[in-house]
Amino acid sequence: MLEIRNLTVSIGDKTILQGLNLTVRDGEVAALMGPNGTGKSTLSYVCAGKSGYNVTSGEVLLDGVNLLELDPDVRAARGLFLAFQYPTEIPGVATMTFLKAALNAQRKQRGEEELSTPAFMKKIKAASDMLGIKSDMLKRSLNVGFSGGEKKRMDILQMALLEPKFGILDETDSGLDIDALRIVADGVNALRAPDRAFLVITHYQRLLEYIVPDTVHIMAQGRIVRSGGKELALEVEKSGYKNYEATAAA
Amino acid sequence: MTAQIIPSKTSAEVALAEAFGTARAKLPGNAEVAQLREASFESFSKAGLPHRRIESWHYTDLRALMREALPLAQPPGAEAIAALGKEMRAAGLPAQSLVLVDGVFIPELSAKLPEGVRVSSLAAALAEGRRDVVTALSAEWAGVKDPIVSLNAALMQDGVVIDIAPGTKLDAPIRLVYASVSATPVAHFSRSLVLVGTGASVQISETSFGSGGRKGQINNALVIVGGDECDIAHTLSLTDTEPGSLRLESFMVKLGAKAHFDSFALITGGGIVRRQIFLRFDGADTKANLRGVSLLRGREHADTTLFVEHCAPGCEGRENFRYILDDEAVGVFQGRIHVAPAAQKTDSKMLCKALLLTDKVAMNSKPELEIFADDVVCGHGATCGGLNEDQIFYLQTRGLTFAQAEALLLDAFGGELVDELPDESLVAAFRAEIAAWLAKRPQGARL
Repeated sequence: MLEIRNLTVSIGDKTILQGLNLTVRDGEVAALMGPNGTGKSTLSYVCAGKSGYNVTSGEVLLDGVNLLELDPDVRAARGLFLAFQYPTEIPGVATMTFLKAALNAQRKQRGEEELSTPAFMKKIKAASDMLGIKSDMLKRSLNVGFSGGEKKRMDILQMALLEPKFGILDETDSGLDIDALRIVADGVNALRAPDRAFLVITHYQRLLEYIVPDTVHIMAQGRIVRSGGKELALEVEKSGYKNYEATAAA
Repeated sequence: MTAQIIPSKTSAEVALAEAFGTARAKLPGNAEVAQLREASFESFSKAGLPHRRIESWHYTDLRALMREALPLAQPPGAEAIAALGKEMRAAGLPAQSLVLVDGVFIPELSAKLPEGVRVSSLAAALAEGRRDVVTALSAEWAGVKDPIVSLNAALMQDGVVIDIAPGTKLDAPIRLVYASVSATPVAHFSRSLVLVGTGASVQISETSFGSGGRKGQINNALVIVGGDECDIAHTLSLTDTEPGSLRLESFMVKLGAKAHFDSFALITGGGIVRRQIFLRFDGADTKANLRGVSLLRGREHADTTLFVEHCAPGCEGRENFRYILDDEAVGVFQGRIHVAPAAQKTDSKMLCKALLLTDKVAMNSKPELEIFADDVVCGHGATCGGLNEDQIFYLQTRGLTFAQAEALLLDAFGGELVDELPDESLVAAFRAEIAAWLAKRPQGARL
């Protein structure tokens, strides 16, 4: 279970998140929607541990442990995964080498043994088949020269391999055509499990047709202004975010 | 009253003059070679050790860095060679190895090369006055005018001359293996030549044997003359320079038409290294690719300086060099590309990237383009900076520790150029050398 309590975050003089509260239970898919510049990506980066943000109050608890006190790699080993809005290109690091390094680094942190090469290959094959990732892509440098859709699929492949407890998908739908969107959504849906939860960040309702959320939260001006079921996404699609921004300002 | 300024000689310059005076009668070569040596030494003597006011040596001031001149190496003794041979047999030298000990070619430790390849010592070639070898010694050859090359021509003791017959295709690399048996630090001057016939295809790999093999002051030159339509792949592993040593490497390459030339060098290790590459495109439609990775720490200093001369039309040059600098190391990259009026349709791109791991390192990067033809594509770029924080964060979010992420990125930065090499065994060997260098880095040292 992920619990964000009274989270206030600033960059320089500017306060981005203002006492944000959000709970996502095991097995739940929560959608986080909101207008541009409202702090959705900041929230995902702060949860994952990016430097440069000043957390002035609050905590982010994953199964009761405050992630904010841990290094990003420790958070990952504890089961947090962030699918990036813009996955980073890493020239010179073969994708396969990276995947193995990541998986084994997490296992080592958890005191587990390294995965044998055959077991690793089996896992890779299953995940890449599901996401339509060809084996020659795994030999290339990570994300270098990949299309937008390929980069997103690669992030979901990593999520499938690393089997996190909690996945944050930061605008995974941006830059995807309809076919790629479906593949990515299928990938996420395949990972839905009673002991795994997701926070799906998006502007649009479209992604939520494919990844159907259990709860929807509307964010405006740095905090959650309304929560509800999946029908809330449809309401936003019709009426836009203006009303919620007014609520936040009030 | 007029004051006459007499430049004073440094003690190293005086010692070098004395060494030449004593050694000249014993140095190999016929009368013509002896004359060339005299002329070369005079040319060096006039210029003196290069210093910061000589532009191409601005960042590697030898007059300040070379405080003394070490005594000339004596030819290795029979006992020492026998002991080294035993060691080499036990370790197992790669096939097609030609062994040079303290700059002297040792046929009894060297492999017999296949048909189409003829090998002799430089000393023998100079004694008989081989025309092509002697021609390649003159300062005008390939337009090389450099005091350190002149000093090499004056004092060269030995080396190896390799003739590759036209049309010869070799699958495995010819390896020049450098070793040392000298008990004390000495100076040695060696020069090797590889003369590649028309349409021949060859790999040349320069490596070292044993640890501490290259102590002292080394002035080494390698000359490659590539005929039309030849294909040459060259690698140099310069990873054995001992702290306190001075290593001067001159690499002179002249290529005919429609040739293909590829060179990669890895530089690590102590002391001061100056590597200068003189590459001349003499024939049309030739492609050449120069690459290098320098990994430096402590107070190491490594300078790679290129002089690329485009003299013929339609040639393509690629120069790609990378540096990782740690502690208080100093890196130098200078790339001068000269495009002569006749060299229309030249396509040249040069890039130097440096990763600076502390705020006490220094990187001097200087491209120079001199273009006298009007229909060319020439570009250059240089970057200096730390590791990319976004990349580190991305890797951390996947579970890699900061130290693991940093090591992976450094390995990738150097390894990217290595991966382009045509031979898989060379890729593996160079990647292992980079990994070994990185493994000596304190883990988790924050940038």
